[in-house]
Amino acid sequence: MAKILIIGGGGAGLVGALSAHEVGAEVIVVSKTLPTRSQTSMAQGGMNAVLGGDDSVADHIADTLRSSAGLGDEKQITFMCENAPDAVRWCNSMGLPFSRDESGEIARRRLGGASAPRACYAQDYTGLKLLHTLYDQCLKAKISFVNERFLLNLIVDKETNRVLGATFLNIPTGEVEEIRADAVILATGGYAALYGKHSTNAVGSSGDGIAVAIRAGARLADLEFIQFHPTALKNSSILISESARGAGGYLLNGYKERFTDELAPRDVVARAIHDEIASSGAVYLDIRHLGEEFITHELPQERKLAQIYEGIDPVHELIPIKPSAHYSMGGIEVNSECMSSVIGLFAVGECANHKTHGANRLGGNSLLELVVFGRHCGKNAAEFGGKNPVSTLENGQLAKDTNFLRGVMAFNNEIDFYEKQEMLANIFYNDVGLVREEVGLKAVLGAIRQMQKELPFMGPKDKSKIYNTNLVEFIEFGNKVELAEIIVVCAIRRNESRGAHYRGDIPTRNDVMFGTHTIIWREGGVLCADFME
Amino acid sequence: MKINILRSGGDTPQSYDVDFENVTLLTILNHIKTKIDPTLTYSHGCRSGVCGSCAVRVNGREQLMCEYKPSNEDMVEPIRYATVLRDLVVDSSSIEKFNRSASAWGEGSKEGNISEEEMARIQTQSDCILCTSCVSACPVYAVNPDFIGPFSLTRVWRYVSDPRETSSDAKIAAVQANGIWDCTLCGECVPVCPQNIAPVQDIRMLRSKSGMMGYQDPAMASMFGGGLDFGGVSF
Repeated sequence: MAKILIIGGGGAGLVGALSAHEVGAEVIVVSKTLPTRSQTSMAQGGMNAVLGGDDSVADHIADTLRSSAGLGDEKQITFMCENAPDAVRWCNSMGLPFSRDESGEIARRRLGGASAPRACYAQDYTGLKLLHTLYDQCLKAKISFVNERFLLNLIVDKETNRVLGATFLNIPTGEVEEIRADAVILATGGYAALYGKHSTNAVGSSGDGIAVAIRAGARLADLEFIQFHPTALKNSSILISESARGAGGYLLNGYKERFTDELAPRDVVARAIHDEIASSGAVYLDIRHLGEEFITHELPQERKLAQIYEGIDPVHELIPIKPSAHYSMGGIEVNSECMSSVIGLFAVGECANHKTHGANRLGGNSLLELVVFGRHCGKNAAEFGGKNPVSTLENGQLAKDTNFLRGVMAFNNEIDFYEKQEMLANIFYNDVGLVREEVGLKAVLGAIRQMQKELPFMGPKDKSKIYNTNLVEFIEFGNKVELAEIIVVCAIRRNESRGAHYRGDIPTRNDVMFGTHTIIWREGGVLCADFME
Repeated sequence: MKINILRSGGDTPQSYDVDFENVTLLTILNHIKTKIDPTLTYSHGCRSGVCGSCAVRVNGREQLMCEYKPSNEDMVEPIRYATVLRDLVVDSSSIEKFNRSASAWGEGSKEGNISEEEMARIQTQSDCILCTSCVSACPVYAVNPDFIGPFSLTRVWRYVSDPRETSSDAKIAAVQANGIWDCTLCGECVPVCPQNIAPVQDIRMLRSKSGMMGYQDPAMASMFGGGLDFGGVSF
């Protein structure tokens, strides 16, 4: 029986676990918190699928391709959209409580960039309910969970470029451990938490799996593409779902006037808001005209969050908003089988680049992607592991990481990394955000290189072995700095504007020079990037 | 504002003076951790009330740190009936343990149209974020640590009453021992739920469903010495 190690207990990891289990693999899911606490719980809007009516799979494919701005792979997108109705049926069969329309069918709503209402949803708790439904099914399938383990590195046999497992920090005990497996699936989520208080993401979305993957020799793709959600609460960056606009919500500028098509794709709306905040001082989301009954019923979470974090009731007041970093389109490069360039290492969900979102993701396509590709990936990994089992090869990674951690604990922390982390978030939002320019990007790159040099002078102040979250946050910061350099290098190299990557100094798209993916890898420790198909 | 936090390894709470108004407790703890005391340990994630990581007790009452706005001299403690790992972080393995004992999952949902009203029956129950505030508030745990508590029983009722569910008999059987009959129906779990779920109500529903299926309250059954017996005639 193949042993499959899944790192990350969010939606993608749990779907992968169920699918690998279904084809007979022994599955172990490792999470840095608890599965139900992962980022997926925050997804609100829905899951796109064509379930009949006036909609068609061809339209779903066309909308997704158009939004991807030339970087979506038509084959991958077709695979995702064609499998979407089955993905929704599968979720329904497990008990995901989809909201229903008047006729009793699974209700669908329209999200930005979609030519028809096709996002199946469960109020504004779609991600939460999907995640919990999956978790319940994993318990039913007797899948093993190992929680509160922080991923340190992958164990790779350098001779054969084959993954053998991974090393972890056991957070409760402070020990370094290894888990070996015949195949490894990374399902560790995105890196938008790099933007700190300017991100809608949970604090844990620090891109750990992606940083670990490139250290292990895997190739990454398109890290410069980071989606900004148009409507996050102004002070806290907490997400207000696109469904608020889908239901008829307006965007108003500082003069309380409408200024854009609220349902254009996210990159377009986010930039329009960015410009309007600069010129009129503020932008608001107005859902007052939808009425109290509708808001309470369809957008309960939004109402509560606006009350807590902005002190306003959207039933009667305007919601102050700003665009915030929301989703990582870039990630670990994977083939159509979800395998990375390291043999036996698979990746799925937001940490992977399945080339389905390209330069800009459509609302409702991320939950869909994690279900469709999670099922595909779990099965592929299990089959691969079954055909290619690994014996317990000698490997020095565990010893290396144990030493590394001992070293980090001894760092003298003359420089406060929390301060640097906040600075990184701010300069990223300003200069590697919605509008980028070469001068600003290069200045940020300089700051990152300086931080890299300073890392040994930072480190955790807390020297406890037991449940040291100061240590965990420091290693997360290290991963963020590693990815920050890559993102900025990619953004500087892409001398054009495309989807979520908008260069104020070069506002046009250039297909001849840049109509392909940015591929990133390390060679002897040196960061390399090139444009490739 | 002065915030008192009960930390592990000490009987007296540690006080922190912070200059904040009208912000969440989590915002204050993040400030303390990053600016004052990096050893302060707590769990948090989404800061928007959906990940269920940050439940604590404030002045003896369960709260999510990301939703609660503190006042001067508030006393913050870890939630109860779970081993404290460090400061405000507790061992959360009971989530998996209780949900496994309760078979709190779907056995298989049938396709087909379901009315809005029917789906609305399980809407609130499926809002649960597994923060375990209800366990911390439940007095049964003081006497029975194996009680399949409020969140798991709500989850069972969520699946049992799902109009699509094909089979619920095994689930009802799974919550008889250390389950629905161990609840005292005191209702302490209701006001502490950040998602406005009323587990005690779901437990009542499970009791009535169990009754219809022929199960009975073991306490009632044993009241006459383990069974009804009139002059040697067993019923």
